Amino acid sequence: MTIPRSGAAAPVRSRGRHGWALLALGACALLLAGCGEISILRPAGPIGEGNRQILLNSLAVMLVIVVPTMIATLAFAWWFRAGNPKAKYRPEFTYSGRIEVIVWSIPILTILFIGGLIWYGSHELDPFKPLDSDEPTLEVQVVSLDWKWLFIYPEAQVASVNELVIPVGRPVRFRITSASVMNTFFIPNLGSMIYAMNGMETKLYLQADREGTFYGQSAHYSGDGFSGMNFDVRAVPEAEFSAWAVGLKAAGPVLNVETYRELSRQSRDVLPYTYSHVQGGLFESVVDQTLPPGPGPESGRGGAEEIHPESSPEASAEQPAPAAAPASASAHGAHHEG
Amino acid sequence: MLGKLDWSAIPFDEPIPLVAAGIIGLGVLGVLAWITVKGFWPYLWREWITSVDHKRIGVMYIALALLMLIRGFVDAIMMRSHQAMAVNAEGFLPPDHYDQIFSAHGTIMIFFGAMPFVVGMMNFVVPLQLGIRDVAFPTLNSMSFWLTASGALLVNVSLVVGEFARTGWLPYAPLSELDYSPGVGVDYYLWAIQVAGVGTLMSGVNLVTTILKMRAPGMGLLRMPMFCWTSLAANLLIVAAFPILTATLAMLTLDRYLGFHFFTNEAGGNMMMFVNLIWAWGHPEVYILILPAFGIFSEIFATFSGKPLFGYRSMVAATLFIVVVSFTVWLHHFFTMGAGANVNAAFGIATSVIAVGTGVKVYNWIFTMYGGRLRFATPMLWSVAFILVFVVGGMTGVLLAVPPADFMLHNSLFLVAHFHNVIIGGVLFGLFAGYTYWFPKAFGFTLDEWWGKVAFWLTLLGFVLVFGPLYILGLEGMTRRLQHIEVEQWEPWLMVALAGVVVMIGGVAAQVVQLVVSIRRRHELRDTTGDPWDGRSLEWATPSPPPPYNFAVIPDVENEEAYWSIKQSAIRSQSLGEEPDYKPIEMPRNSPTGFVTAFFSTLIGFALIWHIWWLAVLGLVGAYATFVVFAWRDEVEYEVPLETVVEAERERRAAAQAWLAEHGGRTA
Repeated sequence: MTIPRSGAAAPVRSRGRHGWALLALGACALLLAGCGEISILRPAGPIGEGNRQILLNSLAVMLVIVVPTMIATLAFAWWFRAGNPKAKYRPEFTYSGRIEVIVWSIPILTILFIGGLIWYGSHELDPFKPLDSDEPTLEVQVVSLDWKWLFIYPEAQVASVNELVIPVGRPVRFRITSASVMNTFFIPNLGSMIYAMNGMETKLYLQADREGTFYGQSAHYSGDGFSGMNFDVRAVPEAEFSAWAVGLKAAGPVLNVETYRELSRQSRDVLPYTYSHVQGGLFESVVDQTLPPGPGPESGRGGAEEIHPESSPEASAEQPAPAAAPASASAHGAHHEG
Repeated sequence: MLGKLDWSAIPFDEPIPLVAAGIIGLGVLGVLAWITVKGFWPYLWREWITSVDHKRIGVMYIALALLMLIRGFVDAIMMRSHQAMAVNAEGFLPPDHYDQIFSAHGTIMIFFGAMPFVVGMMNFVVPLQLGIRDVAFPTLNSMSFWLTASGALLVNVSLVVGEFARTGWLPYAPLSELDYSPGVGVDYYLWAIQVAGVGTLMSGVNLVTTILKMRAPGMGLLRMPMFCWTSLAANLLIVAAFPILTATLAMLTLDRYLGFHFFTNEAGGNMMMFVNLIWAWGHPEVYILILPAFGIFSEIFATFSGKPLFGYRSMVAATLFIVVVSFTVWLHHFFTMGAGANVNAAFGIATSVIAVGTGVKVYNWIFTMYGGRLRFATPMLWSVAFILVFVVGGMTGVLLAVPPADFMLHNSLFLVAHFHNVIIGGVLFGLFAGYTYWFPKAFGFTLDEWWGKVAFWLTLLGFVLVFGPLYILGLEGMTRRLQHIEVEQWEPWLMVALAGVVVMIGGVAAQVVQLVVSIRRRHELRDTTGDPWDGRSLEWATPSPPPPYNFAVIPDVENEEAYWSIKQSAIRSQSLGEEPDYKPIEMPRNSPTGFVTAFFSTLIGFALIWHIWWLAVLGLVGAYATFVVFAWRDEVEYEVPLETVVEAERERRAAAQAWLAEHGGRTA
């Protein structure tokens, strides 16, 4: 696969659907001009679309007062410069009840609008809220590991690492946890992100409405291998998705408790690969910690001898994780084959 | 004997920190040698190191801050240039080093750059504006400063002995727990911040007491200059918020040192509690930084508009409003953790409500300019630019307070751009404005205006060039703290940001040149009257620099603009009034207590980082012994003789008389 990572340039949907968001769009035309394929302003699904709409509406409400404020600042500063003989010097003008009322009212009114948007948006776009759809919801279990993503498809009992494949037009319920430290599961073009935390499960409902390959990443720093924790999200038609899931069963390693323990060791810039079978209940075992958290590094500068005395010396942080993985690169930026 | 410390602690395999530390070490040695050769040690010890004079301590705070700002800026240059080179490439910094750099950048900029700058400014200005001779607890003040310096020293030692934290500027658990950060980096962070944090807390107690209990006669709370109000607000926040930081970091310390499980993955630890607690301090901290800057802008807008501050009482109300509300918003730092919709909405609304207080302030500054006679000296340029930049930063802040928007912008470069927008465009612009404004008061000569303006324009341009692209990158989904980048789409904007950094280097260089040029031209730039800007508050009633006792006679305050009214009545009557009856003045004696305690605290910190237990005990005993010696001191004060006071006052009155003769015809 080649970079750029995103799929063919699909038309941006429903830009300016709300008339008054046009103002905001005009104001950030400059920004939009700079926005490439990966962008939260080019959503590929309903959640991203909703988030964007709230963002632009809030921006529009605020620009209504911010722009005049900036103009007034410049205008007053220029007009009342000491060298301007036409400007009237009024040193006694230090209080005006009317102005005070206006000065407090304008921000309060603005915040009333914004507050409404916040209340509505928080409820409407709560990440835990299921999506309305006639299509059945697909469940994907997501585990953030040091430093790669594991995606388990419980229905098909297969799994993939650092590559996510979802069917277009179907809501996806992501159940998310972490094998070690905190991460954030984030696909900018699809919308909301949410934390992955060990011993806990968070949920996120997303949907892709158009085909394409989107960029996914961890949006919460998680240690030295963090920068390699990105993945491609391929949104494909339903049939292709089913074929892919079935195809996985043909070959590849099995994910069970033993291989999971290997996988949970630290490794960096792991190339995508798949598992042909996943032991049932694995995700739940990670969440309820019957599978222990990933072990972390073996040592740091100053403090080598006291840490993990039981761990084997040859297991260094740089070592590729899963023995069964087809390929694993330790060089930076080697995520994708050309 | 030396705990975990051995030669492996020195990063011989990494040239960049070694070379950097070598240069810094040589620089420090050079300065020390120069001081020794010139025989400055007795002077430094007597007049600065052991000084309990709030002005000297303020100046030392700011000197420390400027040094640390430069250190943090070097980190920033490395990060920006590394990222620009790391698109589908390795860049020049390996991950473990890059991670230390962004962690150190944030830690140094907030705790050892911005905080000492703000605290130094308050220390220097507040007693002068209140018309008093020192803060409530002068020796404690010295201790606060030296503890802050001790923390800064520990952070910088980590550059070459061991490592610094690789966890970000707030060491989120469980990454910062022993399992995932076994090195000494997090320990350096913990002890440096704890030592400095104690200093900050004591400084907060000191200034709150000073402002509430020690104002000049007649200066009711509602006659205080706005900077004193915002300082009071900031210090109240310090007193309320810093214990949370201390407690949170103490819990993490217990986890790391004694096997507790406050925030670990296992045994009932809860990492979310760390995030919760650290931001319960962290958000008020933002206002601890910005409120004093708001105060500085208020002083400057009034002075350079030739008008009293518009809507003074409204400003006081807005300040106190912000103080209260700032404690109800911290959850917006983790909307994406999965709290329910009601919780997110409540904290989102609370956050945007803070903008009301800030909005009121902005309008009052604008109306202070309205009807004024504006002089665009450098402090005023920073202030006007601040309004323009800060409303944008405030707007993006409210956007981030909208949960659905935050769900896409959390931890992105949009967020990074936002908080740099408010901290550089708000806090730092304010501090630079205040630095230029009060410099003549501290040193007796003004700063060179031409270089000041060069610095201003370069910094402003560089700032826009750096953070404009970062906003866009955030909208393009780029997250923060990436050591290597696999998305080509982001590269052009990273390049623009890098160009911005180059311009900002020019701005920083211009500030350094400004200082050097001003020192060389100090005789031309001499401030003879003590009132170079036609000021309105009491600090301008003193000579520049003020004598140790500030005021020979404590002034009587009759309205909100204490010095302005004295000045106007002198102009009207063409007389300074009767020479008052001077008396000898009792001032607190210098004390090495602060310096010695901080020395022992540094030992304690270093010893605990490296598990050198005997040294920790030694440091503790030493620090305690210092307290005891101080508690048993006999002579607390010394007397400034009458002749000295009279002589200085006659000189001041002569200068004022000359000024009056020159400005005889002028009316207010």
